[in-house]
Amino acid sequence: MGARHGGALSARYVAGTSPVHRLPPHVKLVAVLAYALVVVATPVHAGWAPWAYAGYLVAVLAVAAVAGVRPGRLARSLVVETPFVVFALLLPFVTRGPRVEVAGLSLSESGLQTGGALLAKATLSVLAATVLAATTEPRALLRGLERLRLPAALVQILGFMIRYVDVVGGELHRMRVARESRAFDGRRRGALRVVGAAAGALFIRSYERGERVHLAMLSRGYTGRLPGGPAVAVPPRDWATGLTLPLAAAAVLATGMLLG
Amino acid sequence: MSTTPSLLVEDVAFAYPDGHQALYGVDLRIEPGERVALLGPNGAGKTTLVLHLNGILRPGRGTISVAGLPVTKTNLREVRRRVGIVFQDPDDQLFMPTVGEDVAFGPRNLGLPEPEVAARVAAALEQVGMEGYADRPPHHLSFGQRRRVAVATVLSMHPEILVLDEPSSNLDPAGRRELAEVLDALPVTLLMVTHDLPYAMQLCARSVVLDRGVVVADGGTRGLLADPALLARHRLELPYGFGPTRA
Repeated sequence: MGARHGGALSARYVAGTSPVHRLPPHVKLVAVLAYALVVVATPVHAGWAPWAYAGYLVAVLAVAAVAGVRPGRLARSLVVETPFVVFALLLPFVTRGPRVEVAGLSLSESGLQTGGALLAKATLSVLAATVLAATTEPRALLRGLERLRLPAALVQILGFMIRYVDVVGGELHRMRVARESRAFDGRRRGALRVVGAAAGALFIRSYERGERVHLAMLSRGYTGRLPGGPAVAVPPRDWATGLTLPLAAAAVLATGMLLG
Repeated sequence: MSTTPSLLVEDVAFAYPDGHQALYGVDLRIEPGERVALLGPNGAGKTTLVLHLNGILRPGRGTISVAGLPVTKTNLREVRRRVGIVFQDPDDQLFMPTVGEDVAFGPRNLGLPEPEVAARVAAALEQVGMEGYADRPPHHLSFGQRRRVAVATVLSMHPEILVLDEPSSNLDPAGRRELAEVLDALPVTLLMVTHDLPYAMQLCARSVVLDRGVVVADGGTRGLLADPALLARHRLELPYGFGPTRA
């Protein structure tokens, strides 16, 4: 019934066979987390900080190039950091301390530094996460989280979200089509009440579906633990390859600290 | 006649916690290899009965046994292996990220070793004509394909009896026929809950009519469907132009 979309969550994945694609998911997760930690650990007020950011940027762009992730996709992914951008832009205006004149505006020097650092750090972390999402299927990410010993209940919840986001999205879409087919106009007075009722109905339906899914699981012997497949051992070489990115970033940081 | 029946339901009565009595003493015996249709109007207690078969619901009175094994709390795991229920909405049944992992869900819950799990997944998918789809996410399949995969998810547990809830609902005619071919070829005992009387006649030699929580008729499907008074009494209707004697 109706057009099935390719899957809202898997849309971020770009199929490929690059070395980045082939790395085990949990190695990639660790690598991105470690990279983000190095980026965040960079001192904000150090004079060499901008150079370090440039170094990190080169590193993550190199990985993106190897993975075949196009610049356009990287740029689009940055939309998620819009709230950070707004906050970062505000900082130079509201922070106290010595001021500098920029294009006729009096801005806080430390605010500029902090805002700039915030922006740089957020951007670099989002870029690394984008490369991860583009080279790893959602379900592989789940397996990775599982191997990293994230609590099983959390992994299961994430898994159900991935499986059912399109089912629930489809229901929402059909409800909207049915509403609009009866000449519903979302901008009219009282529309909010209707949309609220629809959201409530969707919640109830999803809750009932949850109960039915649980029944179906019990019927097949579910006892509270989702049985995983066999875990494949990871060769040390994969870890070495995977950790290239955070190690490169760490090298940049160390260089800055020693020379700066 | 002394063989152990695949399914034996004796005098099962059940009331929901809110006081609504759904079953008033149901008796049903199904022999190994039999294919039985469970007919009845909405609210007759069909789904309630089905949920008793694998111990999701416990009877207030009466007993159920599957191939000689009574349905009790201590036997639940083996009972759920023996009774394979295919629910009506395949999206309820298929919750794992891929078809293969979903078909493997039951066998892994049984604690089978991985090579055995893999073999069962392959065999079950082949039985429903879905080999080659193991790595696909369920939401990329057509509705008919999802329903057949749902059948595979319980076949992989090697059930003693396969229980299907409205197997032909929402299927297009081709999907309906394909599923019938799959079911017809399965060498298992089958209990099929349905409103689709021609489907019952095509697949099941025997039918049981449940109404208001009791079995009101049990016999050859063709004979039952040729009894207009019986059908009318229990809100069962053949599609327009369909006659069991002519078909």
